[in-house]
Amino acid sequence: MATHLIVVEHTGGKLVKATLSAVAAAQKVGGDIHALVLGNGAADVAKEVAPYAGKVHFGEAAGDRLAQPWAKCVADVAKSLGATHVWAAATGAGKDLMPRVAARLDAGMASDVSAVLDDKTFKRPMWAGNIIGTVEITTTIKVVTTRPTEFAVPAPGAAGEIGAVAVDPGTSKMTWVKFDAVVSDRPALSDARVIVSGGRGVKGPEGFKTVVEPLADVLGAAIGASRAVCDAGWVPNDWQVGQTGKVVAPELYVAVGISGAIQHVAGMKGSKCIVAINKEPEAPIFQVADYGLVADLFKAAPELTVALKAAKG
Amino acid sequence: MKFLVTVKRVTDYEAKIKLKADKSGIVTDGVNMIMNPFDEIGVEEALRQREKHGGEVVIVSIGTSDSTDKIRSALAMGADRGILVKHDGPLDSFAVARVLAKIVDKEKPDVVLMGKQAIDDDSNQAAQMLAELLGWGQATFANIVTLEGGRATVVREADGGLETVSTTLPAVVTTDLRLNEPRYAALPGIMKAKKKPLEEVEIGSLGVDIAAKVKTIAYEEPPAKKAGQKVADVASLVTRLKTEAKVI
Repeated sequence: MATHLIVVEHTGGKLVKATLSAVAAAQKVGGDIHALVLGNGAADVAKEVAPYAGKVHFGEAAGDRLAQPWAKCVADVAKSLGATHVWAAATGAGKDLMPRVAARLDAGMASDVSAVLDDKTFKRPMWAGNIIGTVEITTTIKVVTTRPTEFAVPAPGAAGEIGAVAVDPGTSKMTWVKFDAVVSDRPALSDARVIVSGGRGVKGPEGFKTVVEPLADVLGAAIGASRAVCDAGWVPNDWQVGQTGKVVAPELYVAVGISGAIQHVAGMKGSKCIVAINKEPEAPIFQVADYGLVADLFKAAPELTVALKAAKG
Repeated sequence: MKFLVTVKRVTDYEAKIKLKADKSGIVTDGVNMIMNPFDEIGVEEALRQREKHGGEVVIVSIGTSDSTDKIRSALAMGADRGILVKHDGPLDSFAVARVLAKIVDKEKPDVVLMGKQAIDDDSNQAAQMLAELLGWGQATFANIVTLEGGRATVVREADGGLETVSTTLPAVVTTDLRLNEPRYAALPGIMKAKKKPLEEVEIGSLGVDIAAKVKTIAYEEPPAKKAGQKVADVASLVTRLKTEAKVI
């Protein structure tokens, strides 16, 4: 029977919900589910994870989140449990850490999987999501990261047992220096119900302020952006939606002045409802939009903002 | 300081990717092939660091002789020499990391620069695996790289902001989009590149286990999205969102 180890991600003392996609994927394989919480505040986060795992192990001695020492801790715990599968969400942190874990365990790894077929076979997007590959991991231990938008959050069960685990980060070459958070009152892109994204059509940082932000405000939305505008430095790179940015699947995605390059579409086509506003009738974004409005965004977006305000009453 | 930069030949990001009729892979005939864009950023970063610290920039690619072009492109940008590890057929990330570890043993670079992911299989694994195999520190998704006092201090693109980590050298660094804007190779560079050394190594001669730990056993196209509709104006958009899609 399979023994799963879920590497739990947390920030600011809170569980990062994307982790639950890894739990959901492990449940599809079936077997015992262990969760591992490392680093500062791990004991508290363990309580939050307990309803999703049979057993939660926490190891505060792992220290700051750094790929090298954490990979050792994860691999050590995986070995001592006899884990057959080691999972994490395919977030920035998961992508940084898990290949090192795989290398340490001499294990094959499948990145960013979108479906679980059986205990060794997974589907995953390739070529910016233009192709879905089915991959088979041939090693005894399997390392997998899950695409958070592709797995429904599992229902919480009875709280699993929580216990401390001895971890030894070993001698690492790495040290953590600092984290400069992008401060925002808006919901995080990864779990927003509504996202308003701007592209090159917005014309500059000013356009984001005057057109995109007010629309996002009235919708209570997170703000996203295309790679081109992140590249140009109009907005933080953290806002990037696409193959090389974040993959999102909100209930409503409003693309403002986004042409719909393959690499952007790869990150948002899973959204339940897609609205596109673009003045080019031939823009590829209209091929994925449920509702397309061919219009000058500098007129249509503010008009939409006003109409939504009115609709709210 | 010595830099080893990996370069992968991939399908153009603007190309329309299609499945072969027998679904055994993607159609590459007539598809433009480019240097993986993140690798190009890696080459640029190595050149800029060489300008500051002096040293050598070595390019390595794994593939058939078709990859020679992409190594020459990097040499035309200003890199010093190239290594082609000759191999035909699929290779998983772990095998790539093992091959690179061998090249690192031989070349002994201070910094290995790699793209954060190749835009064909999007795995984002090989660099981190390489760092682990070597026992080196890593800094993925780099936004600013500072090499000083035997360390790399790197500002990284992380979820929710920018994280700074530091690691002793040698180290593996992967590039993110905003690290730099790669230069275009000028004609004199292109001419010079033709004469720069390019060594070819048979993968079999490295004595590395390249057996697949991960096999891609099937390819398919994602389910087509049903066609959407154009709306005439903002008012009808709002009505549809409310009554049809029920999202507002």
